[in-house]
Amino acid sequence: MLKLHYNLEKVSMGLVAAIIVAASIGGIVEIAPLFTIDETVDVPDDLRPHTPLELAGREIYIREGCYACHSQMVRSLADELDRYGPYSLASESAYDHPMLWGSKRTGPDLARLGGKYSDDWHVQHLIDPRSVVPASIMPAYPWMTRSLDTKLLGDSLATLARVGVPYNAPMISEAAADAQAQSRPDSDGADGVLERYGNNVAVRAFDGDPSRLTEMDALVAYLQSLGTLTEAPYEILAEGDQ
Amino acid sequence: MTSTLSISERQIGLLLSVLLILLGLTMAAAARHGVMAAHGFMALALGLGLVFILGSAIYDPEPPKARMTRYYDAPTRFGIMMTLVWAMIGMGFGVWVAALLYWPEATPAVPWTSFGRLRPVHTTGIIFGFGGNALIATSFHVLQRTSRARLADSISPWFVLLGYNLFCLWAVTGYLMGSTQSKEYAEAEWYADLWLVVVWVTYFTLYIRTLARRNEPHIYVANWYYMAFILVVAMLHIVNNLALPVRWTAAESFPVWSGVQDAMVQWWYGHNAVAFLLTAGFLGMLYYFLPVRSGRPIWSYRLSIVSFWGITFFYIWVGSHHLHYTALPYWAQTLGMTFSVMLLVPSWASAGNAIATLNGAWHKVRDDATLRFMFVAAVFYGLSTFEGSFLAIRPVNSLSHYTDWTVGHVHSGTLGWVAMIVFGAIYTLVPQLSGREAMASPRAIEWHFWLAVTGTLIYVVAMWNAGITQGLMWRAYDENGALSYSFVESVEAMAPYYLLRTIGGALFLTGAVICAWNCRATMRAAMGEAADRPLAPQPAE
Repeated sequence: MLKLHYNLEKVSMGLVAAIIVAASIGGIVEIAPLFTIDETVDVPDDLRPHTPLELAGREIYIREGCYACHSQMVRSLADELDRYGPYSLASESAYDHPMLWGSKRTGPDLARLGGKYSDDWHVQHLIDPRSVVPASIMPAYPWMTRSLDTKLLGDSLATLARVGVPYNAPMISEAAADAQAQSRPDSDGADGVLERYGNNVAVRAFDGDPSRLTEMDALVAYLQSLGTLTEAPYEILAEGDQ
Repeated sequence: MTSTLSISERQIGLLLSVLLILLGLTMAAAARHGVMAAHGFMALALGLGLVFILGSAIYDPEPPKARMTRYYDAPTRFGIMMTLVWAMIGMGFGVWVAALLYWPEATPAVPWTSFGRLRPVHTTGIIFGFGGNALIATSFHVLQRTSRARLADSISPWFVLLGYNLFCLWAVTGYLMGSTQSKEYAEAEWYADLWLVVVWVTYFTLYIRTLARRNEPHIYVANWYYMAFILVVAMLHIVNNLALPVRWTAAESFPVWSGVQDAMVQWWYGHNAVAFLLTAGFLGMLYYFLPVRSGRPIWSYRLSIVSFWGITFFYIWVGSHHLHYTALPYWAQTLGMTFSVMLLVPSWASAGNAIATLNGAWHKVRDDATLRFMFVAAVFYGLSTFEGSFLAIRPVNSLSHYTDWTVGHVHSGTLGWVAMIVFGAIYTLVPQLSGREAMASPRAIEWHFWLAVTGTLIYVVAMWNAGITQGLMWRAYDENGALSYSFVESVEAMAPYYLLRTIGGALFLTGAVICAWNCRATMRAAMGEAADRPLAPQPAE
């Protein structure tokens, strides 16, 4: 062995090839099988992709680095089930490019956040966290009240469709209009949002003001959608209890 | 820079600078506004600056012919300067974000001073800015000395260094403007990622071409590590960053991976950025500078071989230990845990080899703060690899994951191991490259050493306490079977540790500032160049 290495270390491209082989095996063994995951993990029938408004909120969540302090992955541990809710399934994030499972909980996990608090609470909490949670160390986000830029939304949906998220042609062409309509329950387009994304999509003025479409609308819509895109985790947990 | 280049090399440099200007113009014109346009202007400004520097010196006299019989150290000197600049930026932002966790309203609530945007500036600034520049700069030095040959050409080292720093600049300014891929330690946007690939290919080519000119039959072990660093980082970077831009004229993109695949790819990348950037590269540094400084040969050649291939083969498996109890398939978690534990063997073989090398030179460790930096680095390397294997064990991970224990572990590696070995290497290199016996202020090295050690210990111990407290509070039940603590109670319990961590970080930063000042003073008082020479004269160009 030593003799072999004695000779190998005289040949630079030999070392290069050996390093590439040695460093490839582990990755191939662990990653490649995950691409056959469709055969082992079912994507639930009721799983819906994010609406354009929620997707815009998700981009804000990413832009502000929320994932650095909040995970979205409930582990299968008793205390996490008691604190947050059903453990997260692989299929729940099947449409998430990128996933936002996170790695640190400076703040709590958000995978089951949707519906836990009112829209008003979220708006107040984002503008001034310490006004509702005095001991919070979360940054304040007063600039969320600015208008939402919807110019890229159509192209965003089209790009996601190309990497496998089930957005169809009308969803893509109506993306910017749907984002407006989801925050205006009385508008003509509101029915179109429900028609395209399903009846359990929340259509309301998330920031309390239907006249303006703001980043706050998008972010709150996204936060309220967390954990509500499919019923599967709740059903699996209920089956287990029986 | 210009005085070390021949007239034809200056002309090539000028041409490349013009191409950079065109690239910047194209980006700015295509994007019109937003982050990508701002980044186009940055490339444009860099290109204009280079045109000015090269253009004003284009007809200066040729450098002496004898330069080909010497090592090319100007890029190393520039790389060390950038290392120190990024050290202050990265550590400065680190102290800032640490303080924000204790005083959340310490800085005004405007977008670019928000914790979530500052935090990746800290991580990228340290890992890529500080660590990456240190690796590139020292690799040029080590490669030449161990090959006893001059760098293969004089243009590509500058292309690598300037291009790499442009990448770092694009990355951190992008975060501040709200542009990020959100993939941890790979947040830079798609065009920055593509640019880094170009830089990296140049780097690898330069490395191989210089090795091909070596006047030593064997490739020294430090180079194996530097090569593993270059090759595997390229592989990780490309696979993890595969993404489709929303438009060719916008910074936004979506990764091709989603959900559980994305999580596995991300942590395969994330942990191996630790392995092949923060470990392999710096082991290369250790394997060269520790023997040089202590005047002792590496204790065991066989152990070097075993630990090198052990690290290269085992590390790549362990990323999945970041995903215990998650929706990642159980078998993949188990593989990650198993290999993490096995990884302790080659890791401790390296640490042990380094410490055993110091046998017979312990009096130097006592008297020489520079060597002491390297010794402490080897000790912290041993400690944090043990801790890493321990934290990867599933039940331990159930407590530690998501807590500040992980943060403490990372900093025991980055402050205790990575930064210490970098400072040891810098204090060895800077006097040598300045033609001097010693640094301008040897006392300042002592001050730096003790500030660094104290800062690291305060930081790491505070985070251990923080993490274990958090983990225990989250899982505590009262006698009625209900959770004992609300989440926010665990946040309140962190306050003293977050304050201590800020103090520890500030001490470490102070040491780095002293180091930068000392290096500047030494370089300003330079008495010449490095005295050593390549073995055989190179043929004239």
